[in-house]
Amino acid sequence: MKPARKQRLILITLMVIGAGIATAFALKSFNDNLMYFFPPTDVVDGKAPKDALFRLGGMVIKGSVERPGDGMMVRFKLTDFKKEVTVEYTGILPDLFREGQGIVAHGRLSPQGVFIAEEVLAKHDENYMPPEVAGSLKKPEAPSAGKAQ
Amino acid sequence: MSFQEFLEMGGYGFYVWTSYGIATIILIANIVFPLFQRKIFFRQQALKQKRQNS
Amino acid sequence: MFLVPDAVVRFFHRMASPPHFYAFTEKLMPWLTGLFLLLIVPGLYGGLYLAPADYQQGDSYRIIYIHVPAAWMSLFIYVVMAVTGGIGLIWRIKLAEVVMISSASVGASFTFIALVTGSLWGKPMWGTWWVWDARLTSELILLFLYLGVIGLYGAIDDKRTASKAVAILALVGVVNIPIIHYSVEWWNTLHQGPTVTKMDKPSIHVSMLVPLLLMALAFKVYYIIAMILRARVELVQRERNSQWVKSLIAEEVVE
Repeated sequence: MKPARKQRLILITLMVIGAGIATAFALKSFNDNLMYFFPPTDVVDGKAPKDALFRLGGMVIKGSVERPGDGMMVRFKLTDFKKEVTVEYTGILPDLFREGQGIVAHGRLSPQGVFIAEEVLAKHDENYMPPEVAGSLKKPEAPSAGKAQ
Repeated sequence: MSFQEFLEMGGYGFYVWTSYGIATIILIANIVFPLFQRKIFFRQQALKQKRQNS
Repeated sequence: MFLVPDAVVRFFHRMASPPHFYAFTEKLMPWLTGLFLLLIVPGLYGGLYLAPADYQQGDSYRIIYIHVPAAWMSLFIYVVMAVTGGIGLIWRIKLAEVVMISSASVGASFTFIALVTGSLWGKPMWGTWWVWDARLTSELILLFLYLGVIGLYGAIDDKRTASKAVAILALVGVVNIPIIHYSVEWWNTLHQGPTVTKMDKPSIHVSMLVPLLLMALAFKVYYIIAMILRARVELVQRERNSQWVKSLIAEEVVE
């Protein structure tokens, strides 16, 4: 390779590496802000914001969904398979909301430790299959409300 | 499956067909636009040549 | 060059000459078009009709056949743009610059399609058009990078200088590519993890996977077609004063 070309090659490589390192440091320092939601464990351990809106993500525990009263209010428990948090929400749920499904709720924690959601989004998994196949597969053992503790 | 059912997409017809529609329009535009540009360029250059020759 | 057979080197040298590229791509175009149709027709038929509905998402998941291939292309084309930009900077090959800038508009289109179809998929499934999670945000930044490349190229009149500036922008922006890919693993996101590219077994049924791969290949061929069409215009515009372009114009006038 001619010296001039070699010099340009080195210069460009250094530039890309430099940009990469700078970005890595920037992302590292903003890491917490890039987390879209907190898991229930953080909420139970008191790591989530106390008096501010934040997002809580987890799986809806099978059999925990109840509708107390006759309004639109829904109460359910979210788990990350370690700790669990009770969520209350009034409004329309997305199509994918169901027991055993991952969801992300946006809201704040009440003094009683109940998460009052203003918005509920469903998080779908990366699996795609026809209903027949899904039915014939043995369903993975989902933790029930009692077992998750 | 009837054609009507096919269009309805189990109730998600709006979302599915809008997605396919937008993608089709954009992808066609990406083909037509350079062909059009080429035509315009050749016409302009041909006019220029004619002017220079006369 | 080292380790590359002479015939290959000669082929690339010939291809790098603008008149050769122009003539060769003209002959190539019908073949590419045929290949594209051969891939897209069974891809669409399989994806929209043959593939069964999903057990969770019903028919709404069919957006995957546009969304995922478009998102893959948005990353792939950016890498092509950065690599050809680097080649243009180091070896000063004109054709590399042309391929770089001709890729930008196609890449921006695919990025836009990935974002819009994702939004149209997110509304019924997640319950929202848009969220600021790491995956969606980094893909939006990719769109801005593409638009930056296109804007910068248009803003500088001397196209050789413009190519250099654009190549540097494309190369610096390449750090965003691994961020987009790994965003769903590094951070909590609303967007789910990878389906096809994960290392153990792909978690998509084969009847749904085949149309997806066909669509992905079709989009790749489409990119080559659209990029070449754009590159041909770019080439004749840049070389408007050279003899080969002048004789091309003269031929066109006779016809």
